[in-house]
Amino acid sequence: MNYELVCGLETHVELATKTKIFCSCTTEFGGEPNTHCCPICIGLPGTLPKLNRAVVEYAVMAGLATNCEISPVSKMDRKNYVYPDLPKAYQISQYDMPLCRNGRVDLSNGRRIRLNRIHIEEDAGKLVHERGNTFVDYNRGGVPLIEIVTEPDLRSIAEVEEYVEKLQMILRYIGVSDCKMQEGSLRCDVNVSVRPAGQEAFGTRAEIKNMNSFAHMVKAIEYEYDRQVDLLMSGEEVVQETRRYDEESGCTEGMRGKEDADDYRYFREPDLVTIRITDEMRETLRAKMPEDPQKRLTRFGSDYGLPEADARLLIEHRRIADYFEAAAKGTKNPRAAANCILGQMFARLGSEAEKERFDVAVSPERLRELILLLDAGKIRMNLVKSTLEKMLDSGKPASDFLNEKDLAGLSADDLKAICEKAVAENEAAAADYRAGKGKALKAILGSVMKATRGRADPQEAERLLAELLKK
Amino acid sequence: MEQHGLISKIGGLLRSGEISCTELTKKYLETAEQENGRLNAYVRLTPETALKTAAEVDRKLSAGEKLSPLAGIPMTLKDNISTSGIETTCCSKILQGYVPIYDATVWSILKQQDAVLIGKTNMDEFAMGSSCETSCFGGAKNPHNTERVAGGSSGGVASAVAGNLAAFGLGSDTGGSIRQPASFCGIVGFKPTYGAVSRYGLIAYASSFDQIGPITRSVADAALVYDAIAQYDPMDSTSSDKAAPAFSSLGKDIRGLKIGVPKEYYDGIRPDVKAALENALKVCQSLGAEIVEFSMPSIKYSLPVYYILACAEASSNLGRYDGIRYGTLTEHYADRDEMICRTRSEGFGAEVKRRILLGTYVLSAGYYDAFYKKAQNLRGTLVKAFEDAFSRCDVIAAPTVPMTAFPLNFTARDAVETYLTDICTVPVNIAGLPGISVPCGFGSDSMPVGLQLIGARFSEPALLNAAFQYEQAAGDDVFRALETGVAR
Repeated sequence: MNYELVCGLETHVELATKTKIFCSCTTEFGGEPNTHCCPICIGLPGTLPKLNRAVVEYAVMAGLATNCEISPVSKMDRKNYVYPDLPKAYQISQYDMPLCRNGRVDLSNGRRIRLNRIHIEEDAGKLVHERGNTFVDYNRGGVPLIEIVTEPDLRSIAEVEEYVEKLQMILRYIGVSDCKMQEGSLRCDVNVSVRPAGQEAFGTRAEIKNMNSFAHMVKAIEYEYDRQVDLLMSGEEVVQETRRYDEESGCTEGMRGKEDADDYRYFREPDLVTIRITDEMRETLRAKMPEDPQKRLTRFGSDYGLPEADARLLIEHRRIADYFEAAAKGTKNPRAAANCILGQMFARLGSEAEKERFDVAVSPERLRELILLLDAGKIRMNLVKSTLEKMLDSGKPASDFLNEKDLAGLSADDLKAICEKAVAENEAAAADYRAGKGKALKAILGSVMKATRGRADPQEAERLLAELLKK
Repeated sequence: MEQHGLISKIGGLLRSGEISCTELTKKYLETAEQENGRLNAYVRLTPETALKTAAEVDRKLSAGEKLSPLAGIPMTLKDNISTSGIETTCCSKILQGYVPIYDATVWSILKQQDAVLIGKTNMDEFAMGSSCETSCFGGAKNPHNTERVAGGSSGGVASAVAGNLAAFGLGSDTGGSIRQPASFCGIVGFKPTYGAVSRYGLIAYASSFDQIGPITRSVADAALVYDAIAQYDPMDSTSSDKAAPAFSSLGKDIRGLKIGVPKEYYDGIRPDVKAALENALKVCQSLGAEIVEFSMPSIKYSLPVYYILACAEASSNLGRYDGIRYGTLTEHYADRDEMICRTRSEGFGAEVKRRILLGTYVLSAGYYDAFYKKAQNLRGTLVKAFEDAFSRCDVIAAPTVPMTAFPLNFTARDAVETYLTDICTVPVNIAGLPGISVPCGFGSDSMPVGLQLIGARFSEPALLNAAFQYEQAAGDDVFRALETGVAR
């Protein structure tokens, strides 16, 4: 029998606000333990939370970007549980009135992943185990999160991967999160169940907690799929439970059974007032949002004639896409601008973080000047490349590296004269070529390029040389 | 109005130079030290803080600086109001040794106004109780009769103010904890509208009910203190900017004022208490007020609604006491679960445990709808009932407590019987209304009886004025049963 995978995701995303959700402590990553803390975020007796407006705005933007309905009225609730990293013994979250509902993310295969909700909540601190002792670091306590919950609409690992990638792209794009899995700013809980192909009813699900790497998430789902199929094939039942993924063994294992299921005793957070989002606030935020990345991707194809793969690379980081558009604006050759970015500029940016910052010495306006020279036929592509290298090294404009002669361009007569001279000066190579060694032409071409300081169009020069040598 | 309150009187003595603030402070500190053995009102005296502030006030006085009405006034704070650098325990073993690193907003305000903190006062553990006897330091005694309780949970403040160990104090009122002990001790206890005074720094019992308010010797004092502390606080999201000053509106004629008397409040109260209240209503009528009788049947839901919702919130608010970050930690444990479990078992007293368990139960899956949700709905019904009532009358007059101060150890016998004594005070907290208890005579046991006046939300100026007018008309024989502390 064939079994179908059914997945639902709960994705926790850390918002990129400067301060925490209920106080003005910094959300900066790292720092000495317990240095990004105040009486409020460590829940000292008597302290009260104060909801950070920016958190609500970012969450609304995330909701708008995923086509959610924004609740005009929502509230915060307490989720009560005891763990040393949770200093108040409750997490302030949202339960029955989330900020955003009924959104969607569309996949490339045409399938629509429905989002049940997006709500806001605070992160907990973390436990540090050292020398047989356990310490608590509350720096992360109170860092704002959104939880994005899908319906069980994902049907394959490829879909899960595409969904998470897409979510990352969208959220990075609108600037609400950096979505770094390795720094824990994007974490997934995956609900996995299987059912015989064609069956409508869902199977019993297991929840795998806290996946913070793509590779592990894929392995965990694969393992869990196999485990559940094996159980069903051998006539056993899948038990509803929470499981964790063990990186060393590559297996998932049960954390707790049904008998001690959590009872979070949710109730309204009495220390915070109702959250109201007026139509006007919502529309102001919508107006502030950048273009939807999906739409932009399509537009990069139609407006600039970029291949989808290139467009995708440019779109991944909003700063780069904006840079590209500024550089390509009004040029005849936007692909050249894209190639400069994806080729030489990317070569200088090692990590994704560097790409995201996109801190290059050449402003988009200066790149645009360079591309306009190409448009005007004043310089050739190879000169674009060498000049850009110098610009990237020095931060100086193109004009510093191009003399008048360069900019004057090369007439057909000049090129012909140079080619004739090159043939005359490379007798041996010319003889070889005539004797049938096609490669010999390259040597002569090299001297043409050298003589023209790269201004010659190599294809045109090659054509001319071949013509001359036939004689 | 100057002559009408102890605070104004002391302020006058300070300004005229009849007594220096340092002398005054020393006098109060001495009295507090001497009397505390008898009354157990204070759990910690703060002579250093007090004398330092007093010296500063004296300096300002001699420099001719303009001072706030509360400058130099010896006062006290209930031990659930956070004071930076001064141990704050909620009179619970679990918080012993806890020294806050920040000030409650009310204390910041009073500090800024140069009020003189004599010490932190006794209370029922985490403000849970009606007799002050659940304190881990033992109960405060009633200055009228030390065989009787001071009341709860702000019993320490009431005992200190009634016994001249402080000129005024701040307590907290979750289900009557300011008004009830004020009634038992024959002084004024005022619970403002929910949100009028910031809760920031008040160690929470039940967040949607808790309210800080003054315990004073007169209505004028209550209005003065209220005006100082009723400020919008950005640190408390539930705090409001709607509070209007009350002191300046005292003294207005109350002719034609409609005083509502819902009969449910008077059902089953002790006959001598009822007689004192009837007298009080006659005094009001003599001032031209009109008595309007009506019925508020939903009042009978108040106690269950209060105990379900308050305990639910308490169970959550008290989850943080695990001994890990502050307070006391158990000495012997094998693992983390046992550490937390034993810390809480040893640190919390019986009443606190009872309410945490009750609260945990009513919020539990499967019981939520039957208890918590139903109580929430009834809370709405009660709010509505009060709105209706205030369409018929301007203020409501009710007993504060259906009896006078209990003998010591009386409440230990039956928790539920004790809960019943809160019947007249909790409705105000459920609806977030302002309520004040003013002395209105004595019971057959010679213990004070309190008249409770209740107003609509943010009607403090009118409510306090009504209380003031009654207090003035009632005269000294029902009001000032004990001598004031400054016998000059």
